[in-house]
Amino acid sequence: MKKLIAAFVGSMALASAPVALGAEATKELKMAYDADPVTLDIHEQLSGGILQLSHMTFDPLLRWTSDLGFEPRLAESWERVDENTMRFKLREGVKFHSGNELTAADVKFTFDRLKQSQDFKAIFKPFSGINIIDDYTFELVTSEPYPLLLNTATYIFPFDSKFYSGQTQDGKDKSAILKHGNSFASENLSGTGPYTVTERKQGVRVEFERFDDYWDTESPGNVGKIVLTPIKENNTRVSALLSGGVDFIAPVPPNDLERIRNDKNGNLVTMSGTRIILFHMNQERVEAFKNPKVRQAIAYAINQEGIAAKIMKGFATPAAQMSPEGYQGYNESLTPRFDVAKAQELMKEAGYEDGFTITMMAPNNRYVNDDKIAQAVAAMLARINIKVDLKTLPKAQYWPEYDNRAADMMMIGWHADTEDSANFYEFLTFCPDADSGAGQYNAGNYCNPEIDALVQKANVETDLDKRAAMLQEVEQRLYDDAAFVPLHWQDLAWAAKKNVKIEPVLNVMNFPYLGDLVIE
Amino acid sequence: MLAFLVQRISQAFLVMFVISVIAFAIQDGLGDPLQEMVGMSVSEEEREAIREELGLNDPMVVQYLRFAGNALQGDLGNSYFYSKPTLEVIAEHLPATLELVIGASLIIVFLSVPIGVYAAIRPQAWLSKFFMGVSTVGISIPVFLTAIVLIQLFSIGVTVNWFPSDTGWGQWLNDFFSTEGGLPSYGRGDELTHLFGTWESGFFTGTGLMHLVLPSVSLASIMLPLFIRLIRAEMMEVLQSDYVRYARAKGLSAGRINFLHALKNTMLPVITVGGVQIGIMVAYTILTETVFQWPGVGLMFLEAITRSDIPLIVAYLMVVGLIFVVTNTLVDLIYGLVNPTVKLTGKKA
Repeated sequence: MKKLIAAFVGSMALASAPVALGAEATKELKMAYDADPVTLDIHEQLSGGILQLSHMTFDPLLRWTSDLGFEPRLAESWERVDENTMRFKLREGVKFHSGNELTAADVKFTFDRLKQSQDFKAIFKPFSGINIIDDYTFELVTSEPYPLLLNTATYIFPFDSKFYSGQTQDGKDKSAILKHGNSFASENLSGTGPYTVTERKQGVRVEFERFDDYWDTESPGNVGKIVLTPIKENNTRVSALLSGGVDFIAPVPPNDLERIRNDKNGNLVTMSGTRIILFHMNQERVEAFKNPKVRQAIAYAINQEGIAAKIMKGFATPAAQMSPEGYQGYNESLTPRFDVAKAQELMKEAGYEDGFTITMMAPNNRYVNDDKIAQAVAAMLARINIKVDLKTLPKAQYWPEYDNRAADMMMIGWHADTEDSANFYEFLTFCPDADSGAGQYNAGNYCNPEIDALVQKANVETDLDKRAAMLQEVEQRLYDDAAFVPLHWQDLAWAAKKNVKIEPVLNVMNFPYLGDLVIE
Repeated sequence: MLAFLVQRISQAFLVMFVISVIAFAIQDGLGDPLQEMVGMSVSEEEREAIREELGLNDPMVVQYLRFAGNALQGDLGNSYFYSKPTLEVIAEHLPATLELVIGASLIIVFLSVPIGVYAAIRPQAWLSKFFMGVSTVGISIPVFLTAIVLIQLFSIGVTVNWFPSDTGWGQWLNDFFSTEGGLPSYGRGDELTHLFGTWESGFFTGTGLMHLVLPSVSLASIMLPLFIRLIRAEMMEVLQSDYVRYARAKGLSAGRINFLHALKNTMLPVITVGGVQIGIMVAYTILTETVFQWPGVGLMFLEAITRSDIPLIVAYLMVVGLIFVVTNTLVDLIYGLVNPTVKLTGKKA
């Protein structure tokens, strides 16, 4: 496999004469993430690690800017043709790592493959097809008006259709997506991105080299080689940076933020994230949770600011809703409502002055300080006489319990794959329906068909201002109803040596655009 | 001899059988492997289809029989995460662990024997007391703490300013207690020498050796005090025995008595303990490897657990079980060579 890639890269180097780059790419970057990509087939899994790989070795049609806008990449421009159709103009003269040239046929190949992928097909469900107009023009068609068309198009990283078509020597289909077992695409890669993969030893290291024929000659990036080492242990990752073993690390654990800030060679960047951490209150298991007053009492009893300050050490933004700032559904007027007296009063009104006992479960290695947060929430609930029987579990054991709705209150963190508010509601507060898959992670069994209908309506509203108003109303009603207990949006943190200019390439989605990275 | 080996091999099979049954019985408690294989937003239907494909929906007994049938043909299944046969994955990771254990063992052997012998011959010397004191401290510090302290001191470096730096002696003391750092704190480095098969060695290059230093030292730190104390105690006992007194009376040189006659008998229990400890050390590498991101089987095993990579977990446990049985057998054989009065079980008297 190593040989294969090496041979491939070797033949490529011979085939293509070096072209002048925007900047001389000579610097080497050593970096450490908490994990390395599980596969080279970016359609095999939808995860943070795979998206990071996608942005290094492929290019999307368009990508998010740091203020959640869009910037053109392989698509030069786009225009709405009618309610259901968006026409894209493809950049000309873009080369894949294999030397093939990018055309609309490659986009179609990619689109069809995404529709096949177990992880991506849900995101591409609203799309009914793709029309090729000519080599550099194509249209994406949705079955009904879809306001998130561009959001979704950021997931289209065109594949090299010639490279991924046909059969391998032992007769396997090169385009196959395999969740388990090796496929051609999981070990070989040809994208349009700034880096090619030159060596990969799973769990140990991945090496990338700058692609000589990279189309974006205006990119300021001057990194010629990247060595990615997965370092799972937080302490070791931070030590690797402080001792100079690596130049760039992510994520940075909250306990070490100060240590890096105080280091004279360190450069720490933090950002308020978009992953909401919350607790569901299971109405099916606990009669009292059906009463909105009890739910509100709980909402009043939780001190989000305290958790963010004390447990998260300021490494979180206290939340009173799901949508983070910048999302269409973000409702400015909603703020944490910590007030114990009010909470006690509500419990009294609801007839539960003496409280009751519930069970609670949370993971202990999935989110930052997840078990400590759960302990704090349990302690806060004790003040309104709700006795909590808390159990924390490693994530491998937690999720099966979550699927069984095994406790009365369960913790979950959610990041919207579409970078849009509606995704939160669809998975976390929609009336659970096994057939349609709605409310798949709604462990509270909260169900309000009116709110669901409002979200559905917003999902076909292409006037973005109107849509935002609808989604903000949804947040307001969920807040009034205390449908769940929001805690905070987990912050993101990266750290690098001083000479590695990471700020410009970072974003809240946590896929650094390393192609544009500058090292001084 | 042959009967002994046959007995041991059948024991090994029994051990592996028991391990595989236990591993299979607890796999439900290890979590759902699907969680690591698919994104959060994948529907329950899709998950069910993958489970069906992997055979995870079959009754436990059916799954076990399928596994056992393949295992008898030397196939322990495919790792979910690596998408490769589990034995291949273990073979790729094992050399790193073995090199770490070898590194630690070398440190232990070359330090514990001279120190232990010295402490036995000169129990009253201040140096002996110093070594015994340090070893008590060493034995009571957990390995990950040792590792973190070592990283801080020798990788990152510490600047001390406890003393007034405007005085000559203060500056000297500050410099004395400060460390430079610079030793690698993670991984095995870029320059590995390919030996054979999956064995890539770090013993033949400068950077490879540098990367070995801290992990080996921290792994050795747990066992070293134990061996020093053991050798000292045994040696002291042997030095009291009649034949040593006789040798002294006969006028043999102290070196000959101590290192030829006494040491040989001292080493008997040390070898027994040592063999068992090497097996335990393979288990201890889990901690050391995690702290140093050392790409060996310990780290691999820990990650397999967090990912619920059940086939890999089962295979690892079986391989470790095998290592235990093999080292114990070897220890018994060596014991027989060093001390001819010992009879191996199964051997006619």
